[in-house]
Amino acid sequence: MVTATTALWDVAARVVDPEIPVLTIGDLGILRDVDVEEGRVVVTITPTYSGCPAMRRIEDDVRAAFARAGHERVEVRTVLSPAWSTDWITEEGRRKLEEFGIAPPGAEHEVLCPRCRADRPHLVARFGSTACKALMVCSSCGEPFDWFKEL
Amino acid sequence: MSLVGTLLAHADDNMVLAQRLGEWISKAPELEIDIALANIGLDHLGVARALYTRAAELEGAGRTEDDFAMLRDEREFTNLLLVEQPNGDFAHTIVRQFLFDAYQLLLWEDLAANAEDETLKGVAAKAIKEARYHHRFSSGWMIRLGDGTEESHRRVQAALDQLWRFTDEMFEDGSTAGYRAAWERGVIEVVAEASLEMPTDPYQRTGGRKGLHTEHLGRLLAEMQWLARSHPGATW
Repeated sequence: MVTATTALWDVAARVVDPEIPVLTIGDLGILRDVDVEEGRVVVTITPTYSGCPAMRRIEDDVRAAFARAGHERVEVRTVLSPAWSTDWITEEGRRKLEEFGIAPPGAEHEVLCPRCRADRPHLVARFGSTACKALMVCSSCGEPFDWFKEL
Repeated sequence: MSLVGTLLAHADDNMVLAQRLGEWISKAPELEIDIALANIGLDHLGVARALYTRAAELEGAGRTEDDFAMLRDEREFTNLLLVEQPNGDFAHTIVRQFLFDAYQLLLWEDLAANAEDETLKGVAAKAIKEARYHHRFSSGWMIRLGDGTEESHRRVQAALDQLWRFTDEMFEDGSTAGYRAAWERGVIEVVAEASLEMPTDPYQRTGGRKGLHTEHLGRLLAEMQWLARSHPGATW
C-alpha cells in the first residue's frame, strides 16, 4: 500500500504548474497530500496566493494525469492552512527556477541576476507577470528578469 | 454578529474592492501599476472566495460562493462604504487602498492569532502576507504622490480629505474597535512622511455593515452581477 500511495503521489507531483511550466507542483510545494479514500484518489493542494487563478487549471491537470494513469475517480481538495510560503519550494525547484531565468526566492538584497550572477539588481515593480513574481533589471548586464518574491 | 455574518462582511469588503481594482485593468497610468492593481485585486478576490465558501458551508442552506457574490442585492451586502467608493483618479484609488490596507493588516494579524473558526484563521494567516505587499505598494505611492509634484500633492490631499469620512466605520464594530489606535498611528506616520495634512473635517458616514450603502454600490453590483443574473447557471 505504501508503494501504491507513493506511485499515486508521483502521478500528482509530476503535474506542471501552468504559469511556470518549468516547475512541477511537487517542486513548488503546493501538493500537500495524496491518499485513497473509499476507492477514489484524494489529492490535496494549496494555492501560492489566495487568488491564484491557476488553481482550477491545476485541478483539471491533476485529474487528467490520473485519468492517463488509469484512475477515473479523483477528488481534488484545496486547503489554505498551513499557509504556503516560498520555503515550500524544493531545492530542485529552486535550481530549475534559476536555470529558467527566474531568480529563486530569498531576501531582496541577496537576489542575483540569473544570467550573469551580478548582485544588487534594480527592482522595477513589486508586482510582476504573476502574483508570485516581481520584475527586476540587472544593474550589470541590463537583463530584465523575474524574481520569485519571498512570501 | 453571527460568524456567518462576520465572514460575509469581510468577504464583501474584499469582493467589492476586487471589483473596483479590476476596473483599472488596461487603464492604469503605467503598465507596472496596471499589473500591480490587478494582482492586488486578485488577492482580494481569492480571500473573498474562501470566506464566501466557508460562510456557505456554515449556513448549510445549499448556497455557494457564487450565490453570495452574484445573487444578493445591494441591501444584503455588508461591506464598508470605503471600498465601494469609485476609483476616481489614481490618487483616490491609492488613498482608498492605503486606508483599507492599514486596517486589514491589523485585522488579519488579530484573526490569524485569535479567530475561533479554523478556516477564518487559515484565511487570515494566508492573507496577512499578501496584505503586507499591498500596504507597501499603497503607502509607497502615498509618499511618492504626496511628495511629488504640486499637482500630485494636491490630488492625494483632496482624496484623503474626501475619503476620510468613511474611516470611522472600520472601527464601529466591537471586534475591530481595538485596532483604531494602532491604525491611526500608522496612518499619521505615512501621511507625515508624504508631507500631507491629516484631515480635519469631523463629518463621518457609516451604514455599510447594516446594508445601507452609498449610491455607488448599486451600480458596481449591476455591472458585476448582470452576467450571472441574465444567464443563470452560465459556466465556461
